[in-house]
Amino acid sequence: MTRLINLRPSRRGRVIAGAVPILLLALTYAIAAALRHADNPADKVLPTVGAMASAAWRMASQVDPVTGQITLLADTIASLSRLGAGLALATVTALTLGLLLGVMPLARAILGPVITVIAVIPPIAVLPILFIALGLGEAAKIALIAIGIAPYMTRDLAAHVAGLPSEQFIKAQTLGANSWVVAIRVALPQMMPRLIETLRFSMGPAWVFLIAAEAIASDVGLGYRIFLVRRYLAMDIILPYVAWISLLAIASDALLQWIARAGFPWAHGEKR
Amino acid sequence: MSLLEFSNVWVEYGAKVVLERVSLAIEEGAFISVVGPSGAGKSTFLRLILGQEAPSRGRVLLDGVPMAAECGPDRGVVFQRYSVFPHLTVIGNVLFGLECAAAPVLGRLFGARRRAALAEAGAMLDAVGLGHARDQYPAQLSGGMQQRLALAQALVKHPRVLLLDEPFGALDPGIRVDMHDLVTQLWRDHGLTVVMVTHDIAEAFKLGTRVLAFDKRRHDPHAPHRYGATATYDVPLLRKTGTVPAPLAPTPPA
Repeated sequence: MTRLINLRPSRRGRVIAGAVPILLLALTYAIAAALRHADNPADKVLPTVGAMASAAWRMASQVDPVTGQITLLADTIASLSRLGAGLALATVTALTLGLLLGVMPLARAILGPVITVIAVIPPIAVLPILFIALGLGEAAKIALIAIGIAPYMTRDLAAHVAGLPSEQFIKAQTLGANSWVVAIRVALPQMMPRLIETLRFSMGPAWVFLIAAEAIASDVGLGYRIFLVRRYLAMDIILPYVAWISLLAIASDALLQWIARAGFPWAHGEKR
Repeated sequence: MSLLEFSNVWVEYGAKVVLERVSLAIEEGAFISVVGPSGAGKSTFLRLILGQEAPSRGRVLLDGVPMAAECGPDRGVVFQRYSVFPHLTVIGNVLFGLECAAAPVLGRLFGARRRAALAEAGAMLDAVGLGHARDQYPAQLSGGMQQRLALAQALVKHPRVLLLDEPFGALDPGIRVDMHDLVTQLWRDHGLTVVMVTHDIAEAFKLGTRVLAFDKRRHDPHAPHRYGATATYDVPLLRKTGTVPAPLAPTPPA
């Protein structure tokens, strides 16, 4: 008999096998919602799919009379610009420090312990400090995202560079490269695919920090909206918002993966 | 004056002695093969010449000047693996050495200087038989082609000494023979001085003009690390006329 570990579904088989649990989950929800509504037509805890669709459509199409903006659009733009700014700040920091620590043992000796200490601080614990120091505006939220993910990214990139074969660094020196040229021509290009990878891994934590900061002090944003409508038990808005955030996360992950494949063909052993 | 001179060189790591009393001279244009059992300091000897390591006692002279313990462009090297940059194309790998010398800040050349460097790199690629693969990445090349590229990359800098650290160890036997022909031809054409470490004794005698065998002269079974290896045999090979083995004269006590 074929061993379980040797059963490999075909491509089509994989799509079907992967869709089954998702469909089961959706079906379970639909049945549970229908049962609750049969009991109590005014139930708010498990809104029906129709109710969620109409709520989502309302948020995505109607202009809010108070703010003069379409709520979902305004929330998405606000959240994504905070996320983007935080990620950009973390990327620049991690790239610079990671390169420095990776190629220079001296820099590693000086900065390594500090970065390790910063990395073990739970970022949410410093959020009050950020609010006190930077105010309740955008700066504190962006800083939380950057502080939350930059130490991990820095350590990951530094370890990646330090792990490059030492033969490459020796070879570069025999070809006449100085420290700077070794950094920008040998180490930096080989960091880039890893940067995309570590950015993909950091997206999850980055969303957590964004929503936490928005929940605590904000007046617009996806996380703010979810925590606001929670007061009215508006599950018909919360669930579509969660789905929308998941969709944004999946799309950004796919985008990063595409960039890695298109930008660094040498790292994937692909024929041109 | 010899190109490279070792005078009573020791390499010690604390109590562990790797090389002891190495005294020899390497003439310009020689092809030195270094053989010996594992752990006999062959690679340490190579790293001394490379400048990756400094002797704990004694001196290594290059052109009569004590050598700096840092790798420089006067020494080229080809390792068994990881000798080429995976993120650069074939031509980019060869161009790199030319760019380092001419552009210490940007690390890149532009315009006419870039075109001149490209032509030089292209000619070097043709010389090692890689002219057809100039725009491929190393991952797309076979092991033999990667080593050809590593040779081209080192030779474009016209090094005083070319160091080969088991360069053909990972290659198929057929490819190995092709590489032997290539290295012999490059050595003749470019008037190179080559130091090659190898495990393959046949290869050592086939390519070299002189074979150095490293081993421990003395052995203490209770403290094997207390005695280091040295060149126990130094065999000059008179090409065409056959080999004339001549054991090394015993070194005077240090």
